[in-house]
Amino acid sequence: MSNAKTDKPIKKRKVKLEGDLLNYKGVWVLVESERGHVHPVSWELMGQGRLLADQLGVELCGVVMGAPGPELQAQCEAAFAYGADRCYRVASPVLADYRNVPYTQALTDLVNQFKPEIMLLGATTLGRDLAGSVATTLKTGLTADCTELAIDPEDRCLLSTRPTFGGSLLCTIVTLNYRPQMATVRHRVMPMPEAQPERSGLIVDVDPHLVETDVITKILDFVPDDQSGKPQLPYAEMIVSGGKGLGKAENFKLVWDLAKTLGAEVGASRAAIHAGWIAADRQVGQTGKTVRPALYIAAGISGAIQHRVGMEASDCIIAINNDPSAPIFDFAHYAIVGDCVQVLPALRKTFAAYLGKP
Amino acid sequence: MNIVVCIKQVPDSTHIRVHPVTNTIMRQGVPAVINPYDLFAIEAALQIRDTHGGKVTVITMGPPPAAVALRKALAYGCDEAVLITDKIFSGADTLATSYVLASAIATLGKEQPVDLVFTGKQTIDGDTAQVGPGIAKRLNLELLTYVSKIVAVNREAGKIQVERRAEGGVQLLETRLPALITMLEGTNEIRFGSAPDMFRAARAEIRTWDRESAGIEDLKKVGLKGSPTVVSRVFGPTPRAEKAQQIAFDPAAPQAATDALLEKVLAEIPKVGKELERHKVEAGAGANHE
Amino acid sequence: MNQPTEKFDVIVVGAGPAGNAAAYTLAKAGKKVLQLERGEYPGSKNVQGAILYADALEKIIPDFRDSAPLERHVVEQRMWLMEEQSHLGTHFRSDQYNQQPGNRYTIIRARFDKWFSDQVQQAGALVLCEMTVTELLKDESGRVIGVNVDRENGRIYADAVILADGVNSLVASRAGLREDIKPAAVALGVKEIIFMPKETIDARFNLTGQEGAVIEMFGSISEGMVGTGFLYTNKDSISVGIGCMLSDMKQQQTTPVELLEKLKRHPSVAPLIAGGETREYAAHLLPEGGYDALPKLYGEGWMLVGDSAGFLNAVHREGSNLAMTTGRLAAETLLELFAAGQPASASNLARYQARLDESFVMKDLKKYRKIPGMLDRQRQFVADYPGLLNQAAFNFFSVDGRDKEAKEKEIIASFRQRRSLLGLLGDAFRVWRATR
Ligand SMILES: Cc1cc2nc3c(=O)[nH]c(=O)nc-3n(C[C@H](O)[C@H](O)[C@H](O)COP(=O)(O)OP(=O)(O)OC[C@H]3O[C@@H](n4cnc5c(N)ncnc54)[C@H](O)[C@@H]3O)c2cc1C
Ligand SMILES: Cc1cc2nc3c(=O)[nH]c(=O)nc-3n(C[C@H](O)[C@H](O)[C@H](O)COP(=O)(O)OP(=O)(O)OC[C@H]3O[C@@H](n4cnc5c(N)ncnc54)[C@H](O)[C@@H]3O)c2cc1C
Ligand SMILES: Nc1ncnc2c1ncn2[C@@H]1O[C@H](COP(=O)(O)O)[C@@H](O)[C@H]1O
Repeated sequence: MSNAKTDKPIKKRKVKLEGDLLNYKGVWVLVESERGHVHPVSWELMGQGRLLADQLGVELCGVVMGAPGPELQAQCEAAFAYGADRCYRVASPVLADYRNVPYTQALTDLVNQFKPEIMLLGATTLGRDLAGSVATTLKTGLTADCTELAIDPEDRCLLSTRPTFGGSLLCTIVTLNYRPQMATVRHRVMPMPEAQPERSGLIVDVDPHLVETDVITKILDFVPDDQSGKPQLPYAEMIVSGGKGLGKAENFKLVWDLAKTLGAEVGASRAAIHAGWIAADRQVGQTGKTVRPALYIAAGISGAIQHRVGMEASDCIIAINNDPSAPIFDFAHYAIVGDCVQVLPALRKTFAAYLGKP
Repeated sequence: MNIVVCIKQVPDSTHIRVHPVTNTIMRQGVPAVINPYDLFAIEAALQIRDTHGGKVTVITMGPPPAAVALRKALAYGCDEAVLITDKIFSGADTLATSYVLASAIATLGKEQPVDLVFTGKQTIDGDTAQVGPGIAKRLNLELLTYVSKIVAVNREAGKIQVERRAEGGVQLLETRLPALITMLEGTNEIRFGSAPDMFRAARAEIRTWDRESAGIEDLKKVGLKGSPTVVSRVFGPTPRAEKAQQIAFDPAAPQAATDALLEKVLAEIPKVGKELERHKVEAGAGANHE
Repeated sequence: MNQPTEKFDVIVVGAGPAGNAAAYTLAKAGKKVLQLERGEYPGSKNVQGAILYADALEKIIPDFRDSAPLERHVVEQRMWLMEEQSHLGTHFRSDQYNQQPGNRYTIIRARFDKWFSDQVQQAGALVLCEMTVTELLKDESGRVIGVNVDRENGRIYADAVILADGVNSLVASRAGLREDIKPAAVALGVKEIIFMPKETIDARFNLTGQEGAVIEMFGSISEGMVGTGFLYTNKDSISVGIGCMLSDMKQQQTTPVELLEKLKRHPSVAPLIAGGETREYAAHLLPEGGYDALPKLYGEGWMLVGDSAGFLNAVHREGSNLAMTTGRLAAETLLELFAAGQPASASNLARYQARLDESFVMKDLKKYRKIPGMLDRQRQFVADYPGLLNQAAFNFFSVDGRDKEAKEKEIIASFRQRRSLLGLLGDAFRVWRATR
């Protein structure tokens, strides 16, 4: 993003669209699939895209890419169920597995042909790889890792908001005089919309004219991750997280104990991970996992913006902190000002009694 | 192998604070470091050089003090350094940055063809992960992002094999050189340069390029002017409309507070009650823990 | 790698005020100087927020005021005797301190050290950071001929080595040039920098422009240990800290963090720093053994300067000026020898000792040589008097219907209760003698 170095809001620059750029209409969402499996972030984006499209009074379109087959049909139908009005189906054997060059070429061509004003992608490894390449090829702006998307009612511009720098700040970025306006959003930042299976839409088939022999990069092998035993933070309905305020590694056990009683997942702030108290895949926040549980208990976590953006969508946030002015109390629902080493065991006992556990 | 590594000097994020009153970033006294992700790129490049020969050139686009970052890279063992600096580059977003870097790499390529370009996965200030892909597209290099391992390099055949972190697993990819690799974090450990390296780095001449020497062709594509995105607002997070409800806590009777808390939560947030209910039923089943 | 061996006229170990003064003086005179610093950059390892005494720096860089990052010049000095809820104090403020050139400044060490190091480099010295000296290289005769650093091929040679590596000076102790530091001879200082807008600081301390204030604190804050607290105003931040003898801390099992937190909560201090944001916390040792704890200061091919030799005036909390002065004197000694074509042998380096003896450094240290021991033995100075005085003041100033004479009697009685009249006289005499 440009001007990240500006500390103050800068003068509002007027968006001026000229010539062909005026023809760019509609909101697009890339339906990201790898090995036939649609990444749920795509449906979250579809839900958000629906809101933006309605506000602009334009169509919401899904972009479905992959090897020809029934899977693409199913993906289009799912896209309709989650809110799309139309789907561009780009099928080619060359697109069977994700590779940068053919995907970039296919998506770039599609944009040039159908001209969307907004294009949203998941901030996954695939989404970031593709978005960066497509934006450069199209010479347009791209805002990464947004936590909020909105439309400026005045000039119909996409307002992409994301945390900035290490500080506790957010910034809103707009793309001037270029189209489409591109943004990537992380998994679980936007709510999952309710599927409406009765919805349907129009499928537009597009042949990307890709030839395998033109593609230089070859996939020799793919080793899927072993998911067993991995923390499933993004989907957890209850999470107990510990931060630097726990004081020392041993105290993290109190977090595990409470989580065990609750049947909850264990999360952590980056400071706790840096301290080496817990594995890195349990980090919640901007550079860790984004979560939206029903219950989030934060023990000894200050509530820095990078942590906050990863968990503020939780239905109920209980914060334990011994500093009454800790920023986390600005957005938690319940506050206990006290030493988490004392509060956590008490909380465990309370829940154990309620749940009828030892 | 002729390898170029792009690095950026960034403020050490652990030291950045927001001014409590003016809500602006306090930059004063914040030490500048090499973007930590870029260290993995530097080390990967050095390892390839060590086994296959050739040289590693580090480049950065930034203000003159960014030379410090380049010198540091030289101390790790990189062979040459180029600072790309010009007033008109300021205010660049990733699109404009990748244009300048791509032009500079092309210029280096005229001295000797470039086989590999490395960047970090992302920067800790921009955090976009876009500059690497941007450079690759502009130079028409094969792009390999999120690389976790360099498996094999065959210079004669002009080929490279890498493992790439994909969404649901790891891809083993083979492509041709020249290519651009963005290196994943945690994949190697930066070496500790020798004392002679420290002397060499301190005395090395750092080439400084402006728009002309960097071979910039279109001045409209650089800096603020060449950046399609602008920051329209910087602001602090807004507190929730209501502050958190305070539950009185007395260390002498801790459970009184937590009991009161649970009662409140159950009364006010039904979703939590429902979730707990599930666990009452499931009690004893146990969740998946390490 | 077969790099040619590096050889310099002088190697200076450490880039604090002492090392910088030495390296600058030598480089300015055209010597081939290598300065080694273990930190990531000069100042990165140094405790922030301090007082700079102009005179010592002026003798090295006369026009330093033009470019050095000075925070404020000190126009007001307060001395507070602290009791749990009160303080009794003096203010000395003079408009004379507003006259140019200024005499004392508050600085932030990280910035100041960086600036000083820039001057050193501009003067022509080669400064390498992230180079930790692990040992001194000696020839068969035991003469120091260089240093070894913690990196591969780390042997570097020089005609003389100046050790300016601070209070711990592991290099010197490891080489047997001095003993390991003893807890009774060092204080542990902790401090914090608390940021707030300049206007707030100006209003709270009654300052305008670049004016600054300093508070020195004694008494209950050190919980009976030998120690002092301090508070300095910087441009848009306040440095607050406390130092106590390491031996005392060990004995009382107090952590420096607790002490500092307590100081910050003191009702006289809390309002001054309220609302600020703490940004730096650091702990650092200070050599407070004084004159009697000084080790041998030079030998075959080496010299000790600054904290590494223990040059610190605990009573006046002066350290950096002694560091800079000793650094300069060591450098000047070498310059004189080089000019005469003489080697840096122990007998020749005796001239360093002579220069030191003539300077304020040794004179001041001698003057106060009794203080460290006295405070250690006579705890009443830190433990009792501040409390008694505060109580006295409280009694005296509280209007409660009793006549003043009765109050005076009560006050005197309370002092007598704690110390006999003879003891009181003795204390007064001891202070006089120790500072004479
Ligand atoms: C680019 C970038 C990305 C980042 N990404 C993330 C991210 O994804 N996730 C993340 O979490 N952070 C992230 N951070 C770091 C983030 O800015 C904070 O530094 C971090 O979240 C702080 O963790 P913490 O709250 O545990 O620690 P601290 O900020 O140290 O807070 C500890 C808290 O515990 C309280 N406390 C102390 N003792 C006790 C006690 N006995 N009982 C109760 N409370 C106590 C203190 O009052 C304090 O509020 C990122 C930073 C940067 C620059
Ligand atoms: C809390 C506190 C407050 C103080 N306040 C004041 C004050 O207000 N005014 C004042 O005049 N003085 C003050 N002092 C004292 C003053 O800070 C010191 O006397 C002064 O810093 C000494 O300078 P120096 O150069 O000898 O040592 P240092 O400043 O300690 O510098 C030594 C340098 O050597 C480096 N080093 C150490 N070992 C090695 C190695 N093996 N290889 C390479 N490099 C190495 C270190 O990283 C460091 O940069 C204070 C001290 C403290 C702790
Ligand atoms: N100004 C720059 N100069 C050199 N390299 C850069 C610059 N900005 C970004 N990069 C490289 O591009 C990578 C991704 O940056 P970003 O897109 O900002 O997250 C970084 O890890 C660097 O390797």
